[in-house]
Amino acid sequence: MSEPRAFSTACHRSLTRRGASFLAVSPACRQAFVVAFAGYGLAGPAVFFLLVLFLLPVVGVFFIALTDWQLGAGSFSFVFLANYREAFADPTFRASLANTAVYVLIVVPGTLFGGLTVALLIESGKSCRSFYRAIHFLPFMATVTAMAIVWEALLHPTIGLVNQIFAAVGLSTANWLRNENTVVPVLGTIGIWQNLGYAMVLFLAGLKSIPRDLYDAADVDGADLWIDRLRTVTLPLLGPVSMFVVIVVALRALECFDAVKVLTQGGPGNASEVLLYTLYRESFEYLRTGYGAALAVIFLAMVGILTLINALVMDRKVHYQ
Amino acid sequence: MASVLIESITKAYGLTPVLRSVSLSIADGEFLTLLGPSGCGKSTLLRILAGLEVQDAGSVSIGERVVDGVRPKRRDIAMVFQSYALYPHMSVASNIALPLRMRRLSALQRLPLLGRLLPRTTQIAADIGVEVSRTAKSLGIGQLLSRKPGQLSGGQRQRVAVGRAMVRHPAVFLMDEPLSNLDAKLRVQLRAEIKELHQRLGVTFIYVTHDQAEAMTLSDRVAVMLDGELLQVAPPQSIYSDPDNRRVAEFIGSPKINLLDGVMRERGLIDVAGSTLPIEADALAGTPLSLGIRPEALYLAEHAGQGVLTGSVRMVEHMGSDLFVHLDLAGIDQPLIARLLAERAPHIAPGQTLHVGARPDRILLFTRDGRRLRREADAVRRYVAPLREAAG
Repeated sequence: MSEPRAFSTACHRSLTRRGASFLAVSPACRQAFVVAFAGYGLAGPAVFFLLVLFLLPVVGVFFIALTDWQLGAGSFSFVFLANYREAFADPTFRASLANTAVYVLIVVPGTLFGGLTVALLIESGKSCRSFYRAIHFLPFMATVTAMAIVWEALLHPTIGLVNQIFAAVGLSTANWLRNENTVVPVLGTIGIWQNLGYAMVLFLAGLKSIPRDLYDAADVDGADLWIDRLRTVTLPLLGPVSMFVVIVVALRALECFDAVKVLTQGGPGNASEVLLYTLYRESFEYLRTGYGAALAVIFLAMVGILTLINALVMDRKVHYQ
Repeated sequence: MASVLIESITKAYGLTPVLRSVSLSIADGEFLTLLGPSGCGKSTLLRILAGLEVQDAGSVSIGERVVDGVRPKRRDIAMVFQSYALYPHMSVASNIALPLRMRRLSALQRLPLLGRLLPRTTQIAADIGVEVSRTAKSLGIGQLLSRKPGQLSGGQRQRVAVGRAMVRHPAVFLMDEPLSNLDAKLRVQLRAEIKELHQRLGVTFIYVTHDQAEAMTLSDRVAVMLDGELLQVAPPQSIYSDPDNRRVAEFIGSPKINLLDGVMRERGLIDVAGSTLPIEADALAGTPLSLGIRPEALYLAEHAGQGVLTGSVRMVEHMGSDLFVHLDLAGIDQPLIARLLAERAPHIAPGQTLHVGARPDRILLFTRDGRRLRREADAVRRYVAPLREAAG
């Protein structure tokens, strides 16, 4: 604040006195100008790209969502909130919202619990740590589209390994991806499998940062059974990491798309329609861009709310400083 | 209340020996300090006492009971850590209460919601609360009970750590450099508080530090450790004035003791740095010796002569009431440091030639391999005088 003001008071007089262009002003005055506006100049490129690549497209989406524009159409008319009204009245979209919610509710706790368990097991073991780390992290690195083929083979109703094992131990088998009761839980399991490694790596890093002294203190204080150590030291100190894992995995679960696209195409019926898949179908298969944009706005709102919760509520409860 | 007996404790990390057959007996109610530079094994010894680490050989007894293989919580000890190791998510009250909750409540009673429904949980928890606030009050942190450790200053955290240790009245207090994370002023204040705490509780304290001022001011006895060995265990004053070993003499005292190489000339005379000092010693003529002279054992002499060292002043440090004068002596690399009273030595400047005398009875003799060579006078002082005193 003070620099631009200093610039204006220093230069104003000389500018008015000489009534000249910027080049004619004194070097000291030019120096003051450079100092005052260097900050804006340096931030400029980043601001430009943020505008062009992020903010303008978002504004564009908000705008398109108010129209009935179809991709490639030469004209459009404003329908205002009709797209949103249609979305919430549409059984497919409602099913899609419900399925996404169920999917997130399966994937987030499953990943959190599984990742933590694997991390604790790896941390407590002595041998082959990097091997276990690597194999659990692999699914996260692999593309789901490619790995979906493997899952499809595993879940095949007749020749699939899963059904053969179930049959061998006397459990009832199912056509996992074609049954409307099993399809979302199965997709959720694939989601857990995919994200587990990521959560595990974060938890391992979190475990490493817990001071040894705290475990020693817990030992002396009498909290020396594994469950007491877990409750007294490990879990509370993993609070910030767990929060991060919950938010990141929830966002990733909301973005679930490729497994649905490759394995089920939203079927049977609309039993495995999820938000992004519905959005994709409306926008790019039925070319209803305006309606798709409205779905994108709803999606954006959900992501925004989740991020806000992270920033406001949870952040205060899990950081201890 | 318990005595502690450490017998031939040995410990190595891989091929690196950390403790070499350390034996030590600590009386009930004693304040013993393990003093040594970092990496000498003192913290490892403390952790073995606590049961946080297992020794390779040897045995530990606390209060007549051998505790090898006994878990820390069953040893009747409490420990204060250098980092305080407070649980950051718990309030001060919960931090102090934890050792009691762990002991008095069953696993079921400790469950978050269900526990309260079980019989007697509320009663026990209330009793614990009373004890916690009593302990906190006695340490002057009664008003902080609802705060989290992150909101406390270093000194307050230290008090909480002490509170957590004393709340269940352990027989032995173990303290691992509890003051080293504090600033100098607070350290002096809390040092006095720890001393007071020991006097008030009357239990055995074992205190690890690398700070000799802490060791000297707090302890009944100091155990000096170097390279995994106990070199000397004695009251602070003897450690300073009557060390068993050249390394102990070098480690204790600031500025460091002056060590001069000398040779026995004949009975009662030792050649050192170009002069001859009249010192009685039980050594044959020609025996090489090391002379340890504390800076304050030197005094300003009028002129050169027997028993006087002469050198040129390299540097003068003014310390208020005292001067530290660094003297270069002929044929000796290290400067000789003399601590002189400022009022008696007013005009000393670098480059000046100075004569300093050494009080023969305060010169410590060491063999060249570092053992203390005690003289008859020392022996009388050490063994006969206490007997005479005792006799009346």
